[in-house]
Formats: sequence, structure tokens, C-alpha cells
Amino acid sequence: MSIDELLEVRRAPAARHLLSINDLNREGILEIMRLSDAFAEVSERPIPKVPALRGRTVATVFMEPSTRTRLSFETAAKRLSADTMTFTAATSATVKGESLRDTVETIDAMGIDAMVIRHHASGAPLRVTDWIGASVINAGDGTHEHPTQALLDCYTILETLRSRRGGDEPHDLSGLRIAIVGDIKHSRVARSDVLAFAALGAEVVLVAPPTLMPASLEGWPVQAAGDFDAVLGELDVVYLLRIQAERLGEVLLPSLDEYHWRYGLTRARAAALKKDALIMHPGPMIRGVEISPDVADLPASLVTRQVRNGVLVRMAVLFHLLGSGEI
Amino acid sequence: MADREKTVRPPGRIFIARAQVMDADEVRRALMRIAHEIVERNRGLDKVVVVGLQTGGVPLADKLAAILEEIEGATVPLGSIDVAFYRDDIGLRPVHPEEITDLPFDINGRVVVLVDDVLFTGRTVRAALEALAARGRAAAVQLAVMVDRGHRELPIRPDFVGKNLPTRRDESVEVSDEGVAIGELQTAEKEREAR
Amino acid sequence: MPGPNTKEKAGEIVVRGGTVVDETGERRADVLVRDGRIVAVEASIDVPSNATVLEAGGCFVSPGLVDMHAHLREPGGEIAETVESGSRAGALGGYTALVAMPNTEPAIDSAAVARDVLALGEEALAEIAVAGSITIGRKGERLSPMGELAALGVRLFTDDGNGVQNGGLMRRALEYAFGLGVVLAEHCEDTQLAAGGHMHEGAWSSRLGIAGQSVLAEEVMLARDLALVRLTGAPMHFLHLSTAGSVEMVRAAKAEGLPVTAEVTPHHLALSDASVQGYDPLFKVKPPLRSPSDVAALRAGLASGVVDAIATDHAPHAPERKEEPFDEAPSGMLGLETALAVAYGALCLEPGESAAKDAEKGWVPPSAGAGVSVRELLGWFSWRPARIAGLDEELNTAAGSRGGQGGPVRPGAKAHLSVFDPSATWVVDASRQASRSRNTAYAGRCLTGKVRHTVLAGEVVVRDGEAQR
Repeated sequence: MSIDELLEVRRAPAARHLLSINDLNREGILEIMRLSDAFAEVSERPIPKVPALRGRTVATVFMEPSTRTRLSFETAAKRLSADTMTFTAATSATVKGESLRDTVETIDAMGIDAMVIRHHASGAPLRVTDWIGASVINAGDGTHEHPTQALLDCYTILETLRSRRGGDEPHDLSGLRIAIVGDIKHSRVARSDVLAFAALGAEVVLVAPPTLMPASLEGWPVQAAGDFDAVLGELDVVYLLRIQAERLGEVLLPSLDEYHWRYGLTRARAAALKKDALIMHPGPMIRGVEISPDVADLPASLVTRQVRNGVLVRMAVLFHLLGSGEI
Repeated sequence: MADREKTVRPPGRIFIARAQVMDADEVRRALMRIAHEIVERNRGLDKVVVVGLQTGGVPLADKLAAILEEIEGATVPLGSIDVAFYRDDIGLRPVHPEEITDLPFDINGRVVVLVDDVLFTGRTVRAALEALAARGRAAAVQLAVMVDRGHRELPIRPDFVGKNLPTRRDESVEVSDEGVAIGELQTAEKEREAR
Repeated sequence: MPGPNTKEKAGEIVVRGGTVVDETGERRADVLVRDGRIVAVEASIDVPSNATVLEAGGCFVSPGLVDMHAHLREPGGEIAETVESGSRAGALGGYTALVAMPNTEPAIDSAAVARDVLALGEEALAEIAVAGSITIGRKGERLSPMGELAALGVRLFTDDGNGVQNGGLMRRALEYAFGLGVVLAEHCEDTQLAAGGHMHEGAWSSRLGIAGQSVLAEEVMLARDLALVRLTGAPMHFLHLSTAGSVEMVRAAKAEGLPVTAEVTPHHLALSDASVQGYDPLFKVKPPLRSPSDVAALRAGLASGVVDAIATDHAPHAPERKEEPFDEAPSGMLGLETALAVAYGALCLEPGESAAKDAEKGWVPPSAGAGVSVRELLGWFSWRPARIAGLDEELNTAAGSRGGQGGPVRPGAKAHLSVFDPSATWVVDASRQASRSRNTAYAGRCLTGKVRHTVLAGEVVVRDGEAQR
């Protein structure tokens, strides 16, 4: 290959961005799962590092504060031997009024291969892809999507079930009944999870008070339920979303106590679940609202696994976008 | 084409055998000879471990370890490594890890016998050396291959060889349970047309 | 009495070879203009020496278009537009009259500001009329001096940009306005029901994760205002209707005999909420682009006469502002240069091969077999809005005459003309807008139908698609 041909191939891989779970089909999600397994082994080593993305630069651009997700991405990049650059809202010029476009174009001009972006406005990462040449990874945009969270949720479920059965099964989430409980309307995690769980064959039911359901569920591969207790007994996974206190001000809930009484995972509700049901939460949990303090420490709760898997899945995503170049 | 192409199997490509170069018996006898050479070279199996390269080297490594155990009466530690993350062509062509690396022992101070089916440009072995270096400091790394087909692009040489096989660059070599065949990689359509 | 001034230009013009359409009918005829007035409309006119000839073969020659709803941003928003640049965009779109909306800085809530804008209009490429605000500063608290503004010739009052949230205040405004010979116009948007929505509330807003605004935000205020019209007897005009429910309510109100009129924008006739799927703020507008069934109801509303006119709601914004993330960007899109072509494509043509793909992207194709005539289309653009805005009558002022917009095209009438070529195809180039701003939703799109010439009181302001000054 000539240098030009090499550069052409480098510039035009098939998977360029990860903005939404819809950018991956079922095979794509399973590929990420397989890559995550490979990186799980890497992460167990005394030196948990591979040179796969050596010489590449990954910029994290976090216009909405989030130390945990940002560190997760940066750790993932470093374990792949990539260099990292960090921009947060507090330190960047956007505080001084520089537009998002100017900010990302300047960063791109420094020579980066991927930009991981979190922004408070839905759709901002998609707009960024029009302005820069690097690959763009959506680390959460407004109330739209948070694809890497959904991928690590899928991985956590698969890994837990496989280690229970002691083998390769299950291959996907077929036949599982998963409830997502809470502020669906404003949750980007919920939107990505719905798409990912459904793509892997799960049946998804949304549980929320009517004021926290999206205005329209047309086209969503879900069922809706207003009564948590009615569906408890048939669930294999309970995924609890955070409730933000701001929602009270928007007249969407009378009080957090009432939310906890109707939709919180209380000890009684936890007891009514199937024996093997998994309990998940994207973190950080507010005990006493979405979950009772005494339930949060049950063995069925996977919150710490989700955090550890976050790094693996993000390594897989970075490798998938920057390393698996398709011709 | 890098020697990894044939096992990674670029989508839509299949191997068409043109000539059989070794049959199953010849492969077995070659493995026997290699096993004896390993024992002789290392004056026993004291510090030796066998590591197969995914995926072509793994079945050969399994068989080699079994033969070594027969000869010397002692179990030889056996592992496998996938070098996908150490390749030098990441981002230029599809790279997917085949299987998970499994090294259930410490390589510090050991003699690692690296086993692969075909030695071609040498780039895969270079990646394997880097992967091993990340695991510790082996006392020595010795390379055992069933077929050396030439066309080296890096200064890599095998310590134990089943057969030296001169080939053209555009040809392809496959080692399987039936033996060693030389042929070419074709797209599925061309194959159908040819029939 | 000062007022918008269109100085009649000396000289002769022959508009040759076109089909003349106006309220009275449609006929193949040439038009002779002398010293700012139409002198003859006949099958074949000999061209006098020294006359300017405007070729109109294959074109429709109509009274100049009248836009009842244009944001010219002056005073205060000159970065985005001025009266002059806006009027140039209008002229290129075939408009000979624009009504400037009062949401300027300061608002047009006093005679002083109104006079300023009218003075700016004297050198413009179209006749500039002015709408006053209903309340001081458009704050919705105290009434503007409507009498004083009416004496300057202001005929429309609106707090456009916002609806009047306080029903009690709207009642008083209507009672006060009754008898002044003015019309109050409402931007129907109940702030509480709109709940900070940036787009239409529906399947798309839920999927895209953007706060949505229910149709009720418009319909509830419309219902309230119709009841107030019934109570007070004062006439009202409803700006940029966007929902099927609104069309139905206006239909019932008219059937009852209430003195109400309504307008719709070209973009609400052509685009649906699916166009927001790329999160491009060019498609962010108030009221938001709604569902295809709302678009269909608006088209039917025009055809049946429930909706009286098409008005652009031309809303320029500086380019950087329209590149902000969708939630933060201001609402509004340009409209003057593309209005007639976009409406023509949505209402008069048959669906093309790309209809299905277009619909997926939010471009609602025209309905097969539902095409209206160009004459009907031009009615919605010209004589109907001219009448609602009070620009049809000619009024003599100390400095000249104003009005006389909307035709009919006959000897003695003021020479305000638009020549429209229905077969011209052109690609909208965002970087070559006459407006100071670039926020056209049709950037890069190929449109069918273009204004070839525009004549303002006997002055050729646009010739062969080029502004003459």
C-alpha cells in the first residue's frame, strides 16, 4: 500500500462514532461484549496495559460535570496506551463565552483521534461530528442517550449470569424481563438501555408515574406500567434510575417520600422479587428514594460491578472505533 | 499479506488448496522431532513452558506439550496468547482478538517455547514477543513453527522448524488436522465463478 | 401626516408576455406602467421607446406580495437584519410590502419608535408598514398607546414573540381597540403549557430527548381569545397557526360569524417535526414544526378559506446563535426570499420521486391531486393579506401616497407587481442571502418556482432575479 492508501484507510473506518446505541446493531453490541471480555483479562494482569492505541490521542470534553465517567474513559484510554487530554466546563473557555463549535474545533486542531463528549444539550455530539474530523463518543447528551452506560449494563448482566451458570451462556438477553424504574422522561440512560436491552432480545417494561413517562412511547420496544408491585414477581432484572430533586420544582412529583412509597425498591418489594433477580443502578444512589438503605447492600445488587465494568467496556468502545479499522 | 490473514479470514475470503505439502503423519513426525530438539537444546524441561499463538499455534502447542510429557514424564506448563492488541497494523485493517490470553503461570526466569503454525513476515511473532515482555522477563524465548514459508519483513528466525517451504507472496499456507496445504485466498464470488 | 412612503418613479415599463392574475381573474396580457401607475393591461402592448422591458414569458404577473409578518430587527437587532436588508430579501421574494413586527429593542410601543421605523422604510426596497405592540415593552402588563400609533397609520398590534398571557389584560386590550379601526393579532402560546418545550411534543421529541411543547400551548390561548372576540366584538387576527385543532377552532368561529382572520407560514406548510432529527437549530421555530397531520390540516385550511393568508414570520438570527446546541439556540428562520417557492412546492405541485425519502427527513410532500392554482396561491400571498393589514387602500399623505397593495392589476392602480416563473429551478445558497443572516431551513435544497422581477411603485427593484439596488 502507498502512504496515501494507508492514510485513506485510516481516515475512513466503517465505525466512526458512537453517538447512540442505534449506531451498533445486535452484532455490534455483541462484538463490544467480546472485546470487553478480552480487556477483562488485560485488566487482571499485574500491568493492565496493552499498546493497542499507542500514539493515539483521546480528548475528554466534559461540559457537564462528571468525575466518575470522565475518569472511567481516561483510565480506559490509558490502559490502551493512548494519550489523553482533558477539558471540563469549569476550566474551558466556554465559561468565557466561547461557543461549543469553537471549543471543539480548537481541540481537534491539536490533533486528536477521538473526542469523548458529555454535554447538557441533547444532540450536541451529533452536531460536533459535523465540525471535527476525529471520532466522537457520546458520554451523555442532555436527556437523549448515554450509550457506554447501556453497554456496560448489558455486559454486567451477561457476565453475572454467565458466572452463575459457569459457562458461555447466555449469549444475549433473550427471554429476560427487565424493568427500568424511575424518571424515564429525563433519563438518557433509560433511552440507551431500552435500545440495547431490546437489541439483545430482552423484554423491557418501563415503570414510572405518568408524569415521568415520555410524552410518547411510539416506536419504543417497551411496555409501560404505572404499578411497580404488579410487575415485580416476573422480573429478572430491576434497573433503578436516579430521581433528581429538581423534578419536584417542575411539579412532576408531590414529594420524594411519595415516590419512595410508590416506586422505591423497599425491603418488601425486594423480597417479592424472584430469588435470582438482579438489582442495578447507574449510580450514585440516593438511599431512601429509589432504594431503601437496607436493600442497597443485598448480594443481588451489582452497582460496584457496573463501575468496574465501565472501564472495560470503554476500552472496548475505544478499540472498536480506533483499532478495528474496516477497509 | 500478513500471515495472520488466513486465520483472521477477512470476510468473504476462503482458502483454496492447490497442493498438499505434508500429510497428517508427516506433521506428527515433525512435531516428534521438534519435541526432541527442544529437550536436547534445553538439556531437559526444567524451566520450559509452552505457549501457543492464537489461533493457529494453539492446537500444535497442545500436541507438543503432550509429546514432551510422554518423552520426559513430566507435565510442561501450557498457555496461549492472543496478540491482537500488540499488532503493528491496528487501525489499518480489521483487528479482532480471537480468544482470550491464558497464561496461568509466571514467565519470569523461564524458557518460553512460542509455538505457531506458519512463520511468514515475522510481525506476529514480534507482537508476541512484546506481549510476553509485558508479562515478565523470560530467561529465553525460543520459536517453534510447523512451516517457515520465507518473506521475512523483520529480523526474526525460528529455533525449531517442521518444514521449510518456499512460497510466492500471493500464495497462502494452511496447517490443519489433515496436514499442510499450499493454495490461495479467494473471494467467495470468484470461487463460485471458478466452479 | 408622516407615513410609509413609496415615491412613484417616473419612466415607463412594459411587462411583456405573462399571464396577469389578480382577485378578478386570470388573463394573458402585457402590462404598461408609467410614472408609478399601471396605465394599460392588454393582450399586446407596443413598447414605447426608452421603456424598460421586463420579459415575463411563461410567468404569472400579479400584484406585489404582501407579508403581514416579518421581523426586520431594527432598531436594536441590526446584527441580524435591518429594514433595508430585510426589504431587499422581500423584494427578491416578490414582496412589495412588509409589515415590520414590533419585537425590536426598544419595542414599537410608542409613536417615536414607530416614526423611526417608518422613516427607515422610506428608502427601502419595499413598502414598510409597522405593527405596534399591544403592551408596553411587550411585557404583557400595560397597554401601548394604540390610539396614538393608529393615528400614524398603524393598523396591526401584536406582542408577537410572546402571547398575551393575562386573559384579563387581553380582554381590556380588545375592548380598548374596538372602534379604533385596528386589529389585534395574537401569537398563541401559553407559557405554562408550553413548559419550556423547544419542539413539538410527540414521538420525535420523546425519541430525541428534547423537551416538547404540546399543541395545547397554542390551542388553549386561541380558545380563550376566540371567547374574548365573542364577548367584545373586536376583530382579531391569529399569527402563524400550527395545529389541526387551531384550524378547526377558527373554522367554527368563522361559521359563527366572529370577525377573525388567520395566517400560516410557508414552513408550517412544508416541514414536519421529523426535520429536527439532526438536531439542527435551523429547524427550531415558534410555534414548532408539528406532525404531518397538522401540516395536512393547515393546507386544507387554506384551501377551504379557514386560513386567510400566508405570512413568512421571517426571523433572522446571527449565524453563531443558530449554531448553538438545539436547546439554547433562538427560534426562527428566514423566509422572505423562499416563501413563494416553498409554498408553491407544497401546495401546487404533484409529489415527486423523492417524496417518501423527503417525508422521513421532515419534508412533507404535496398531496397527489390536491394542487391548487397559482392564482389561489397568489391570493394568499397578495390581495388577502393586503386587506387584513389595511394596505389595500390608497391613502394620500403629505409626502406621497401609501398602500394600494394587492391589486387588482388595472389602469389607475399603483404599479406594485411581482413576476413569478413557476418552472425556474434554483438551489438555495445560505451564503448568498440578501438578508444579513443565514438561517434558512432550505439551505442546499432545490426549489421550483422563482420570482423573476419585482416592481415597487413603478421602480424595478428586482430584475432577472437580481436586486437593482
